Amino acid sequence: MAPPSGAPPGDAATARLRVALELEIPSDVRYIEGVVGLIARHCAQFGFAPRQISLNIPVALTEALSNAILRGNAERETLRVQVKADLSATRLVLEVVDEGTGFDLEKCRIDPTSPENLEREDGRGLFLMTSLMDRLERFSSHGNVVRMTLHRHD
Amino acid sequence: MSLAITKQGEVVVVDVEGQLIVGNRNEFKQKVLDELERGARKVLIDFARTGYIDSSGLGVLVTLSRRIREEGGELRLANLNDDLKTLFELTKLDTLFQISDTKERALQSF
Repeated sequence: MAPPSGAPPGDAATARLRVALELEIPSDVRYIEGVVGLIARHCAQFGFAPRQISLNIPVALTEALSNAILRGNAERETLRVQVKADLSATRLVLEVVDEGTGFDLEKCRIDPTSPENLEREDGRGLFLMTSLMDRLERFSSHGNVVRMTLHRHD
Repeated sequence: MSLAITKQGEVVVVDVEGQLIVGNRNEFKQKVLDELERGARKVLIDFARTGYIDSSGLGVLVTLSRRIREEGGELRLANLNDDLKTLFELTKLDTLFQISDTKERALQSF
């Protein structure tokens, strides 16, 4: 996104910008890739590290969205998933909101790297979100919210 | 995601282009299982053109590895980019799979 007319050029302008994105998608996993691509592109414009753009953000956001669609909303077509991204030169805050009855994130927490779990097909989503983002929170506010924070690395 | 499945001698080579994620994992899983059903016992999955993989994609790879092993076969992975290597290391799946830097080395490892 271009800085406003008259703003200082380059990094100086971006450093003072803050962008808020809000998207809403049906409970359908086919929408995930488009949402992830859109948010990753905005993060790239803010100078997030290539590894954050290609790994941390796409994988963590994909996990949060698939949890919201498959577990939160149980793929019910009438229910929607909201994605909010608050983006600045220092950090990205993502919120994924579903309309389901809620599920206990902590009960989903297993150690997928332990020998007894290594060959399980499921159980790595929460682990990856925790590993790839700086902070992960879950709370209820007009729906079930998963909030993830990632600080920008150069 | 798109898949290209070819044969090199006895080895079925599966090229994964794009992301291997929740929206396409079942298609990927079924196509590899179809090859197993048709008698393939040596399977190489080439990630040279793969972007990222989510937990459901990793889970499918784990299941395929077990299914192929149960049928007396072998699964090899090749050409993981740095992001994919990180994912496999984080989840310790690098200890479960035989991973080669190149397709040629993977083919030789069977």
